[in-house]
Amino acid sequence: MSNNLSNLPKGFKGLTHDFSSDQVTFKGVKWGKAMMWIFLLSDTFIFSCFLISYMSARSSTPIPWPNASEVFALEVFGVHVPLLLIAIMTFVLITSSGTMALAVKFGYERKRKLCALFIFLTAIGGLTFVGMQAFEWSKLIFEEGIRPWSNPMGANQFGAIFFMVTGFHGTHVTIGVIFLFIFARKTWRGDFESGKRGFFTSMKSDYVAIEILGLYWHFVDLVWVFIFAFFYLW
Amino acid sequence: MTEETKNKTTTHGLGTYLWIWGLLFIISGFSYAVDYYQFQGLLRWSLIIFFMFAKAGLIMAFFMHLLWERYALINVLLWPMTAIAAFIFMMAAESQYTVFTRLFYFVAGSS
Repeated sequence: MSNNLSNLPKGFKGLTHDFSSDQVTFKGVKWGKAMMWIFLLSDTFIFSCFLISYMSARSSTPIPWPNASEVFALEVFGVHVPLLLIAIMTFVLITSSGTMALAVKFGYERKRKLCALFIFLTAIGGLTFVGMQAFEWSKLIFEEGIRPWSNPMGANQFGAIFFMVTGFHGTHVTIGVIFLFIFARKTWRGDFESGKRGFFTSMKSDYVAIEILGLYWHFVDLVWVFIFAFFYLW
Repeated sequence: MTEETKNKTTTHGLGTYLWIWGLLFIISGFSYAVDYYQFQGLLRWSLIIFFMFAKAGLIMAFFMHLLWERYALINVLLWPMTAIAAFIFMMAAESQYTVFTRLFYFVAGSS
């Protein structure tokens, strides 16, 4: 299927060609990868709905919105640094996205152990992120008294939106971390070379599975880019 | 597994990924600087939006390999997102109306 891909027309000619052709629309794309993309598209809509409801809530309240720069500031050795934890979380997530991209590359190059190592590093990055988020949440809940229905800094909707959006994102990260650990083990064991059947789907898999997992992980990073911009910086 | 899939699939150089990784770090640093130096108003919002889309674009194009996909997949994924833009404008107009009624009836109307 993929060996005659270069003979097909490219660009918009390729678009009409692919859609009017027989059997397969997405040439050279494994069905699992196409399905992951379509899932991510639907997930984009879910997160968009959250962020749009955040926009509506924030712009429709006459009460001032809490200043995120101050709410999420940290005291480090007596120095007041705004958004420090969030900045570190952002860099950790970008780093884990980079290691994941390299894992996909090493997978396709059949460097099995290097690939497994980088998936493992990605999982550690994700775990660090979730840990820092747990720290952030507990600080906001126990020390600053932010609740989904009220908070001492300003508009009441702040807590509801904050816990909903970051909670849903954190859930995505957590699920991703679990799968990353599973896939690191599978890769290390050589499942994608021996054609060992998976425990869940009982189907043979290939290194494309790592690219599919990578798509999910990069999406989680992508969502964080938007949350970081709209929730913490705006 | 066929003989074809056993062969190495062509991949992109390590340098490409490291470049994108570095760029993402730098752009994240810039967007953090927007808050650190407390830019306000239109400058703040436009910078935030610009850095956000720059990062999102880099991640999608290179890390998610969208740059190297065929147009069939790219178009199926990107066109539906215009619906989100339409939704944003609708809800922005709606919340303007809501805040107007709240200010009118709760604040101005109560006196």
